[in-house]
Amino acid sequence: MPVTLILTAIVLLFAAVAAMSLRNLVHCALMLAISFSGIAAIYLQLNAEFVGFTEILVYVGAVAILIVMAILLTRSGEAPDKSVLTSGWAAGVAVTAMVFVILGWAILNSTGLPSTVTSAPSATVKNIGDVLMTTYVLPLEIIALMLTAAMIGAVIIAFREEEPKTKMEDGRWKMEQPSTPSTPSMPSSILHPPSSTGGQP
Amino acid sequence: MTPLQICLLTSALLFATGFAGAVTRRHAILVLIGIELMLNAANLNLIAFWRFGPHPELLTGFIFVLFSMALAAAEAAVGLALVIAIYRHKKTSNLDEVRDLKG
Repeated sequence: MPVTLILTAIVLLFAAVAAMSLRNLVHCALMLAISFSGIAAIYLQLNAEFVGFTEILVYVGAVAILIVMAILLTRSGEAPDKSVLTSGWAAGVAVTAMVFVILGWAILNSTGLPSTVTSAPSATVKNIGDVLMTTYVLPLEIIALMLTAAMIGAVIIAFREEEPKTKMEDGRWKMEQPSTPSTPSMPSSILHPPSSTGGQP
Repeated sequence: MTPLQICLLTSALLFATGFAGAVTRRHAILVLIGIELMLNAANLNLIAFWRFGPHPELLTGFIFVLFSMALAAAEAAVGLALVIAIYRHKKTSNLDEVRDLKG
């Protein structure tokens, strides 16, 4: 098992690094889907089949598609000309290196980790359903309520507020009606009254 | 190296990758992708400890990961809705330009 586990982990990590470092955001989303698939493969190798298939359904099927939709809705599908890094990226890289060194040191030097590999546990769908409907029924209901609230909230946040305004030809919203429209045939005069009309009171 | 340590190291690398993306990229959606990667690293830790821990028949880490996935899906939906709302309001999704709260 460790050889396939290591190979899957290498593919997963390469995809994750590509998802974080490519310039084109659509390519980033594609690499993100590949790394989610790698995580699902690791779950399958760890005898967590239900979680593996849920990972594919939820992340590859829903979250990656949602991210692609957001990328296309914000018109950021093509690579920018400027730098893609923030102004303080060097400090971020330093903090990341520190975090990884501390985590890796703790993993490699910990004495409390169980070293013997036990036999594969049985996580059948029947067992999971039993546990979800008895021990964890209250968290399940709370999660259902929270998911409903989050979905309604997401729709409300992303909803375009339709106010009784008139839309002009160039796609912008006219904020108020001018009192004396001097040149009604030109809509740009409403936006720039001093330059186009000159004699605005 | 035991399989548990391999899983934990993979998870640590994945977390570091997601963290680096979240703090160094300037596009808001890339930051959300980094947060998703960090959440997946945490889930990988939970599954690894469930599989190689002393009591896997109790399914504790397993159920925790299921709930964590539901939370992550809700977080992604609300976060992307916020990104779209900010883009509609300011016509940008560059985090260096969204600085209204900066003192």
